[in-house]
Amino acid sequence: MANPQTSSTSAAARIGLEIAAPNSTSVDREARFPREAIDALKAERLLSAYVPPELGGGGLGMIELSQLCEILAQHCSSTAMVFAMHQIQVACIARHGLGSPFFKRYLTDLVEKQYLIASVTSEAGVGGEMRTSVCAVEHQGDRFKLDKDATTISYGAHADDLLVTARRAPEAAPSDQSLVLLSKAEYSLEQNGAWDTLGMRGTCSPPFKLRSSGSSERILSVPFAEIASNTMVPFSHILWASCWLGIATAAVSKARSFVRMQARSKPGTTPPTAIRLAEVSGTLQMMRANVHDVAEECEKLMAQPDAGADVLSSMSFALKMNNLKVATSQVLVDIVQRCLLICGIMGYKNDSKVSIGQHLRDGLSAALMVGNDRIYATNASMLLVLKED
Amino acid sequence: MLDEIRAILKEHGRITVDPATLADDADLYLAGLTSHASVNVMLALEDKFEVEFPDRMLKRGIFGSIASIRAAIEELKG
Repeated sequence: MANPQTSSTSAAARIGLEIAAPNSTSVDREARFPREAIDALKAERLLSAYVPPELGGGGLGMIELSQLCEILAQHCSSTAMVFAMHQIQVACIARHGLGSPFFKRYLTDLVEKQYLIASVTSEAGVGGEMRTSVCAVEHQGDRFKLDKDATTISYGAHADDLLVTARRAPEAAPSDQSLVLLSKAEYSLEQNGAWDTLGMRGTCSPPFKLRSSGSSERILSVPFAEIASNTMVPFSHILWASCWLGIATAAVSKARSFVRMQARSKPGTTPPTAIRLAEVSGTLQMMRANVHDVAEECEKLMAQPDAGADVLSSMSFALKMNNLKVATSQVLVDIVQRCLLICGIMGYKNDSKVSIGQHLRDGLSAALMVGNDRIYATNASMLLVLKED
Repeated sequence: MLDEIRAILKEHGRITVDPATLADDADLYLAGLTSHASVNVMLALEDKFEVEFPDRMLKRGIFGSIASIRAAIEELKG
């Protein structure tokens, strides 16, 4: 069960335990950004964990990033999710932007300055469909202008830079999108709503109106369609699932300590809750196997000479990624609820050592981050032509 | 065959331009073909040409242009 220790995983474990965990209650209660933990991750240079070593970065792969998310989520779900979402943006640039001197220089700067990048894929009027945009990049000579009405930007107010989807040009089709990197000096965000949610409160993801302009070199030359299928979707689904695995692990660990406490109070008898613990530990193992399996496959594919492009852009791989997302988001809530039954009233209390409430509230977001029904609809449609040959 | 492919794209592709005006090698995704609509195009092509696209062909590149669709069908027809 234990992951192999590396300098990155032990740094994440230390930050999780010493910084993220003690702040997690106030982050949740006040719906505030986990500033202390993110600063600590910056100090350990973990925001450049995925940047290639030749540019000074950590050079980590998918497996290790997944482990970092899992470790952090055991201590503070919001810290882990912010970290995961940032890495997804870095991966998009690192895997599709290195042909450009501008993006190479940007990643080198990111290593030094530890910029935090937020994602702006949501937009009013597209119904949650990431592969469609209303707004467009308006080219003016070697500069562009881009305004977007975003329904949610996670940690938007706390990010240094933004990675934004938009139609390639005003005349482009809704699905003909580009990905644009905006730096703080070149954009303004006007918050036009609140983020007072059931869970994942520290991700601070309210709606914003974005206005920006910049030089055209900030637009990735690879179409977003390719970036989405080859990088953004696999990284999102695997790293989100890794955060969820961390949440599930934290809940099960509380259930274990509760059962041990019961056992110690009556030596010689096995507490009735121990059976339920045995059951949920098997479910957690299945969830872990699913996440690790897909992370390993992805890392192998991405190490191939074509960076996995051939397989990653295939329908059968898209189906597998979607299945991972739906399955882990559902089993997370199932696991957490079973832990609540094990811990009973002690788990239901917000102020006990085995409190399960926040895990349940956080866990309920998983099915909504790209709605599971939308993903099922996509899979249903793909299964009409997939043959498993 | 090209005309039949264009007719299927017109009926099922939900693209922003009339396929009759598209060059054989024009990028269908730039013309607004979505992965959702491409499934319906695949199903109609399988029905029309009595072929089954194996999973190795179910990727963006194969359905990227009218010419690449024709090449795939010709390969399957042998």
